[in-house]
Amino acid sequence: MSEILKDYLPLVVFIAVAMGIGVALLVVPFIVAYSNPDPEKLSAYECGFNAFDDARMKFDVRFYLVAILFIIFDLEVAFLFPWAVAFGQIGLFGFWSMMVFLAVLTIGFIYEWRKGALEWD
Amino acid sequence: MILPALFFYLFAGVCVASAFMVIASRNPVHSVLFLILTFVNASGLFMLLGAEFLAMILIVVYVGAVAVLFLFVVMMLDVDFVELRQGFLNYLPVGALVGIVVLIELMLVLGGAVISPGAAKSIVTPIPQDISNTGALGLVLYTRYIYFFQAAGLILLVAMIGAIVLTLHHRPSAKRQSIPAQNARNTANSIEVRKVASGEGLQP
Amino acid sequence: MTETFQFAALAPVLPEISLAVGAMVLLMFGAVMKDRALNFVSVMSILLLLAVGYWVSTMPSDKAAMGGSFISDDFGRFMKVLTLTGSAFAILLARGFLTAPGRVLFEFPILIVLATTGMMIMISAGDLIALYLGLELMSLSLYVVAAIDRENVRSTEAGLKYFVLGALSSGMLLYGASLVYGFTGTVNFAGIAKEATHGGVGLTIGLVFVLAGLCFKVSAVPFHMWTPDVYEGAPTPVTAFFAAAPKVAAMALFVRVALTAFPTIAPQWQQIIVFVSIASMVLGAFAAIGQTNIKRLMGYSSIGHMGFALVGLASGTADGVQGVLVYMAIYMTMTLGTFACILAMRREGGSVETISDLAGLSRTNPALAFFLAMLMFSLAGIPPLAGFFAKLYVFLAAIKAGMFTLSVIGVLASVVGAYYYLRIVKVMYFDEPAQAFAPMRGELKLVLAISGLLVLLFFIYPSPLVNAAAVAAKSLF
Repeated sequence: MSEILKDYLPLVVFIAVAMGIGVALLVVPFIVAYSNPDPEKLSAYECGFNAFDDARMKFDVRFYLVAILFIIFDLEVAFLFPWAVAFGQIGLFGFWSMMVFLAVLTIGFIYEWRKGALEWD
Repeated sequence: MILPALFFYLFAGVCVASAFMVIASRNPVHSVLFLILTFVNASGLFMLLGAEFLAMILIVVYVGAVAVLFLFVVMMLDVDFVELRQGFLNYLPVGALVGIVVLIELMLVLGGAVISPGAAKSIVTPIPQDISNTGALGLVLYTRYIYFFQAAGLILLVAMIGAIVLTLHHRPSAKRQSIPAQNARNTANSIEVRKVASGEGLQP
Repeated sequence: MTETFQFAALAPVLPEISLAVGAMVLLMFGAVMKDRALNFVSVMSILLLLAVGYWVSTMPSDKAAMGGSFISDDFGRFMKVLTLTGSAFAILLARGFLTAPGRVLFEFPILIVLATTGMMIMISAGDLIALYLGLELMSLSLYVVAAIDRENVRSTEAGLKYFVLGALSSGMLLYGASLVYGFTGTVNFAGIAKEATHGGVGLTIGLVFVLAGLCFKVSAVPFHMWTPDVYEGAPTPVTAFFAAAPKVAAMALFVRVALTAFPTIAPQWQQIIVFVSIASMVLGAFAAIGQTNIKRLMGYSSIGHMGFALVGLASGTADGVQGVLVYMAIYMTMTLGTFACILAMRREGGSVETISDLAGLSRTNPALAFFLAMLMFSLAGIPPLAGFFAKLYVFLAAIKAGMFTLSVIGVLASVVGAYYYLRIVKVMYFDEPAQAFAPMRGELKLVLAISGLLVLLFFIYPSPLVNAAAVAAKSLF
């Protein structure tokens, strides 16, 4: 096993423990909990009414806009991370390279601000 | 040596199975959740290859952001997926055929899978042994590959413009708060004292 | 590991940089000025594109920059000038669409400028990564402009269709590129060419996928399905743009990938190109016959024309590439002129798009009818118009390379194709006049006049284009 994988062993153990507990908590009720279902208990409780329609409804397209703008800046941050790690070695050129990249996205940011894409009217 | 191999089969197996479930599950929300499982396992595969940075980015960007976006889209579209699936069986033969063709091609590639002998030598930027792979990416991405880096920036800019052009919708009727206007208000321009004659009411 | 920064190293990329910077400055201007910016932004975009086009045409060539990712040779310069001009004219054609009441979109010219930047990156691509990034920059902008009339269901449908199929083709291209990289160990075109001979079957499959992705972008059969729908659904100026500049850029990329990355395994891609080319010519000729919508007809026509242009590439010689270059230049001129005519098809109720609306145009608007007829004759390839010479050069190259079957099928397809072009002429000249169109906008007249005169008078003085194409073609060999 290579060195890099050994570093992640604690993480694997952690995930295994977390999954173990999670699965255990899901399974145990089926085994030990007292269960005596009848149709009334299982039906959706909706203040005495029967359910009108599907619980799913259309979301406003604005959620999508916010999400996609978030993804774009998320990617920008993803680019920043290796830059920060290698910052000491890439010198002034590397620094200005990132500044230009950030400037491009800042222009996008100003654009969306001025367009009112960040407002929720 | 057996442990990485074991993990490889675990990740690869779950990855393929959940990818299949993405297209097979009836509920679109379940599809998206299976997609997330696929991403997580793909990230495990990256990890086994030693590409830590890509593995983490896959989790952060794809699981954290893209999958959430997919959930939004699935909910936003409100498509009746049961109806959409009616034609599924009709398309199955053609789809299966395409799938099999791609599979056979993959087999062919794997059959001749000895990567050409000179290949490793001609890799432009050999993988450095003594630094972390995030650092290794950082060393070349911003200097040697600045052209690609800036082009990626432009693509993100276009994505931003596109998202706004296609979805931003202002309702003219919406009432917005204007903080400067609020701050500029004072008693002189907002309160007026009028004498109201008896029996006539206020005349504008 | 640090590399010292030298400004001189940037020189070959400066036109691209100025386009991108220009687009961003205009974006800022638009964001600040909001709705008042449209006029200024579109005029400045046109000037920017034309200025950069002039600059590129005067630049020295044969310089690889950015570690071989960027090649600025004569071929690239020729194609860049072509795409820049095409984009500029497309913005000009869109003036009427953009200033329509209730629609203020200063982003439209900016998106076109950014798409053009992507095209220039594509044309100059020296490796697979630059190829992909350029292609995505272009495609992403194109998806947005296809759906830009977002209140219109057909426009959004066109955008969505284009996006889904485009994403699929990008996926195929990436899959192919990863195979090519895996079997040659490099992404650089020159490096791939060196390693290609011992790439084996894996490389061939990679090559097929890359070519499939490129076929989608030039809308060649069997990856043409999106073309008629997108052409019909997208707003007409957007269709005009799609038919001009992106086609030229994608064709340039096609030629460059085939001839600089895979010259050593030429027989393998040649048979693919021959098949694609025959299929496109035949489908373009037959499928267009039954069409009633003129934009849809132009979609099939463009599939056919891409087939003809690919005949030149199939021959794989410098003559063939020269043919492709001449063909693309003339095709773009004819297409822009034709779309100027289609944009002029307006009545009080808005624009009309069926062929029967052109009935009797010779009596209601003789000048428009004359130019449109000339363009149709030229698209059909009837001498002595420019379209004839375009076809002549590609077929001559194919015959010289010994591809007789391909040439014969091509000539037959162009005869069949002539039928539907001539039908439009017949409708204009011999049918009972329909209601007259609204007066033509000034800029449409300008574009139509330029295009029409170039097409009409090309045979008098063809040498500048032909010679430039010959020089450009040489630089690839």
